[in-house]
Amino acid sequence: MSFNISFPDTTFENKQRSIEEFFEISLELRRDIIKSLFLAKSGHSGGSLGTADIFAVLFFGGFLNYDPKNWKNPNRDRFILSVGHIAPILYATLARAGFFHPSELATLRKLGSRLQGHPGLDANLPGIETSSGSLGQGVSIAVGMALSQKYLDKTDNFTFTMTGDGELEEGSVWEAAMAASNYKLSNFCWIVDNNDCQIDGRVTDVMNIYPLQEKFEAFGFDVVTIDGHNYSEIISAFTKFKNNSKNSEKPTCIIAKTYMGRGISFMEDKYSWHGVPPNEEQAIKALEELDKLDAELKKSNKLN
Amino acid sequence: MKYKSYGKIPTRKGFGEGLVELGEQNPNIVVLGGDITSSVLTSFFRDKFPDRFFSIGIAEQNATTIAVGLALSGKIPFFSSYSAFSAFRNADQLRISVAYNNANVKIGGGHSGVTVGPDGATHQSLEEVAFLRTLPNMTLIVPADYNETKKATIASGNMFGPTFIRFGRSAGESFTTPESEFIIGKANQLTDGNDVAIFACGTLVWEALLAAEELEKQKGIKARVINLHTIKPIDYEAIVNAAKECGAIVTAEEHQIHGGMGSAVAEVVVKNYPVPMEFIGIQDRFGLSGEPEELMQYFNLNHQTIFASALRAIERRDKGFDKIRKVIDFNK
Repeated sequence: MSFNISFPDTTFENKQRSIEEFFEISLELRRDIIKSLFLAKSGHSGGSLGTADIFAVLFFGGFLNYDPKNWKNPNRDRFILSVGHIAPILYATLARAGFFHPSELATLRKLGSRLQGHPGLDANLPGIETSSGSLGQGVSIAVGMALSQKYLDKTDNFTFTMTGDGELEEGSVWEAAMAASNYKLSNFCWIVDNNDCQIDGRVTDVMNIYPLQEKFEAFGFDVVTIDGHNYSEIISAFTKFKNNSKNSEKPTCIIAKTYMGRGISFMEDKYSWHGVPPNEEQAIKALEELDKLDAELKKSNKLN
Repeated sequence: MKYKSYGKIPTRKGFGEGLVELGEQNPNIVVLGGDITSSVLTSFFRDKFPDRFFSIGIAEQNATTIAVGLALSGKIPFFSSYSAFSAFRNADQLRISVAYNNANVKIGGGHSGVTVGPDGATHQSLEEVAFLRTLPNMTLIVPADYNETKKATIASGNMFGPTFIRFGRSAGESFTTPESEFIIGKANQLTDGNDVAIFACGTLVWEALLAAEELEKQKGIKARVINLHTIKPIDYEAIVNAAKECGAIVTAEEHQIHGGMGSAVAEVVVKNYPVPMEFIGIQDRFGLSGEPEELMQYFNLNHQTIFASALRAIERRDKGFDKIRKVIDFNK
């Protein structure tokens, strides 16, 4: 069987968009994830696919202020991927935003690549704000950045961070939560990828972290729980955060209910896909499924 | 003796004062508190620059990583706690977020070693040098007294890169002056001599000077005392020269002998010019409650031990090692 992988050089602008456009973008991100993980022969499919819809809205819906041509601009918003192992979705997003050429996605996890298995600052990949991978640390780094924006630089910028839900078992994330509300970091938005899966099984079975909404509220957050695959809900959650940042002294927590492996029928909601890549047969099938979704979308758009 | 004590001043005071001086020079200096600000004297900075001081509470992991966030935003954050907690509770944060990121974060490890005294073993950190010197990008300084701690603090704020400064609680003899040279990475040779080299850091530098004085007085031995305040990056030249010119080395530190400054010296010696070495430090055990000076005696961290070890190193060189050296000419 011959199977040629290529990465089209499509990029997307960061602006207000329709639901259909976000769907289109998320399909491209999911294709990139499947292709890069297949080529890498290792890596984390589940969480990467499961968060693609959130990344599509955050990076391409006008919510995160960045400039790929001058990405170190001090007045940028920050996005810190605390859950470092889902780096493939971050890399795909940065490539599609124009931080680097999408063809580089083919180098994921290879010797000499800027796309390290977990984000590495020393690899000098544009758009990577920090190394992450030891769970729980990125969120505290993000608190430090938000603190700097609000009290030292006194800018209107925002800091976003994403943690997993299993990651909340790390005690230091609650130190970060305490500090974020103690310092009234209303410019700070914490997204929890709540797919209820971790390597050993359901989060509930490994270590019960629930109830989440109440926990974050008790820690002093404005909390909004959403369907992490529903673009309207994602959009309104980020809009609410932006409004809160002006009117509230509380940091925001978005608990996004997601399905690991979303978009690929045989991966969806299966924790066995946490840390494995698709093999050739699975990659072909996955890409066919994504193409089919794409065709359906285009068809329905024409009908509209 | 060429050096005299100007009295006993706690090294942590040097840290606290150094921060204030840095704060005056550079608006990007920021300090994070870990509840014990009046112990490690970051309180001096807090009182002077309240807008650049953030209390993080008893949360060393969070404080270390918040410091990284500040550093990645162009600030120069200092965080200090007892060395037992600012080097170990946050060890993973130091490895991944500070060192791997090469973040410009400065950590003060106060109250290190047995001289914390009555608090006992839990608070007497004796292992952090072994850990910290294995971290790529990390600079590690163990200053000898009050003035040197102040200089090290200021120098670390003026250089880029992750830095750990290890200092103590109790008042030690202060013998360096505000004028004496301090350059990160450059060892200070305090006495001239070619009979034996004594590398010391922290509280043991003063003891090494006392030992050198006695060696000359009692035995006519001229010891070369070297203050190895920077353990990483290590001063290769000072060590190799000492090995070649003295042929016998003693190391002395308030730390486990395993993996500490002595081990760092040995790594350079063994590779470049092997000579007999004696290691003074804590012998693979935990600390105890007691008064600082009692504990230094109890654990043989004193000039008498350095004196005896110097004689032993010289004897090994003259009687044993030299015979081997004649068979295998290391110079060829």
